[in-house]
Amino acid sequence: MSDKIDNGMIEYVGILAKLEFGDAEKEKIRLDMEKMLDYVDMLNELDTADVEPLVQVIDTGNVFREDEITNPDDREAMLANAPEKKDGQYVVPHTFD
Amino acid sequence: MSLTDLTATELGKRIKEGKVTAVDAAKESLENIKEKDKGLNAFVTLADEAGVIKRAEEVQRQIEDGSLTGPLAGVPVALKDNLCTKGLRTTCASKILSNFVPPYSATAVENLEKAGAVIIGKTNMDEFAMGSTSETSFFGAVKNPHDAERVTGGSSGGSAAAVAAGEVAYALGTDTGGSIRQPSAYCGVTGIKPTYGTVSRNGLIAYASSLDQIGPIAKDVTDCAAILEAIASYDTKDSTSVKRDDTDFTSALGGDVKGLKIGIPNDYFGEGLDEEVGTAVLAAADTLKEMGAEVERFDLGLVHYAVPAYYIIASAEASSNLSRFDGVKYGYRAKDYEGLHQMYKRSRSEGFGEEVKRRIMLGTFALSSGYYDAYYMKALKTKALIKQAFDKAFEEYDVILGPVAPTVAPRLGESLIDPIKMYLGDIYTVSANLAGLPAISLPCGVNSRGLPIGLQLTGNCFNEKTIIKAAFAFERKYGESIKPGGEEA
Repeated sequence: MSDKIDNGMIEYVGILAKLEFGDAEKEKIRLDMEKMLDYVDMLNELDTADVEPLVQVIDTGNVFREDEITNPDDREAMLANAPEKKDGQYVVPHTFD
Repeated sequence: MSLTDLTATELGKRIKEGKVTAVDAAKESLENIKEKDKGLNAFVTLADEAGVIKRAEEVQRQIEDGSLTGPLAGVPVALKDNLCTKGLRTTCASKILSNFVPPYSATAVENLEKAGAVIIGKTNMDEFAMGSTSETSFFGAVKNPHDAERVTGGSSGGSAAAVAAGEVAYALGTDTGGSIRQPSAYCGVTGIKPTYGTVSRNGLIAYASSLDQIGPIAKDVTDCAAILEAIASYDTKDSTSVKRDDTDFTSALGGDVKGLKIGIPNDYFGEGLDEEVGTAVLAAADTLKEMGAEVERFDLGLVHYAVPAYYIIASAEASSNLSRFDGVKYGYRAKDYEGLHQMYKRSRSEGFGEEVKRRIMLGTFALSSGYYDAYYMKALKTKALIKQAFDKAFEEYDVILGPVAPTVAPRLGESLIDPIKMYLGDIYTVSANLAGLPAISLPCGVNSRGLPIGLQLTGNCFNEKTIIKAAFAFERKYGESIKPGGEEA
């Protein structure tokens, strides 16, 4: 079994992923991740020392454009989905005092 | 027989000939959904009925005045619920987006509307397209129209079920690791995953951006070619969009397969493949051989490494893509929290389902400092090797033929017990996403219980026409074999 995933690791990854779990859920996630990583370790059978990683299969290169506004001002439509809004702005909890 | 039991292009033809109207078609589609969808759960959201009729009337007028002439004008369509539709709720089958109404439509959706499509509703799916059974939806599992105790496959299960049950004439799905092809196979319909970059991803809610493609799910190859032709476009809003001047896919419908070189990977016919599925797929290869194709077996290699590489890459991209769901600008926000960070954490933890959280965690881990090289880079290098294996195969063959999935549709609940087993169900489909290849799934038989079996034809990048031609030829021959007397379909 993979020994990479202990409770501390789940806590740490949870901080990075902005997710929190109850104790039972945490243990299930830990076991699932361990099983998955054991399975994925199969990739170590492949010798990839001289292989370049492939990110985009179809390389369209960098696509540049002028930084010009083309869409209309649709503030109302955008704000319509906000969980909380005030005076045409998004409301978030206090971030600093 | 209902109008939505016709293929999309047959229905479009009847509308154009004035035998029926776009309004008749839309009304029948809505009625069929009312009658059938309680048992199927293929739809998450239906468009407002009065709005649908109004749109159908408008399209009908444009057909009559000659401004709309395409094969899909007036035909009712369903869209997978990860495609943004302006003013129509788009949930990704997730609690976190359960109240999201997009302020714009996806480019593929706009393209369909320009072709005269009448949008009926949004189809159910695995949450954020993460799953192979359409059971991870916040809105409940989709049922297979051929057997209500079985899954539709996924993640575009609602789209496949809606087409198979005749609720709509055709649908759009999306395919990240097989999500168009596998539910098409399980539901006995036809679907294409195009070459990466062919259909704009603008307005598709991203799962794994380097793998996601939008494509058609329909009743036959002709429909799929016509739909793909309508939705394919170069789009400056998708920086991975490819400029192509060969998207006249319907031109490939016809001709013979004489001399077409078809390779069957030996590695696809080993352990794990259901015997009846294997037999039906090899019988399809024989049919193509009888029609003049040159069919031979070969070793593709690396087949078993595709699924682990896929899950690392897809989860890594998902962990990044789904970081946008923070309870600020749209979507669900937790009620109970202290401070900004807890608001983020609670909103996400309450808003995402189990499978989504599992993949975000795996992907975050694979990208984290100290594990990035061992997992993410290793997976990208494996992807490079898989691409090379296909490049080599396509030096010899025009088409690679195989099954879509190792089995027919599993029973509901069966797959969720063991995620890795579910992931292995994608073994024949994920490679096309990793290598960017076009692939089509079409019916090639049924098993002893009458459950559909799918055939997969994969082509080299940008060679959709080759697989459309081969699929069309097979479909006609297969259609003759199951309809003795040659009665009209």
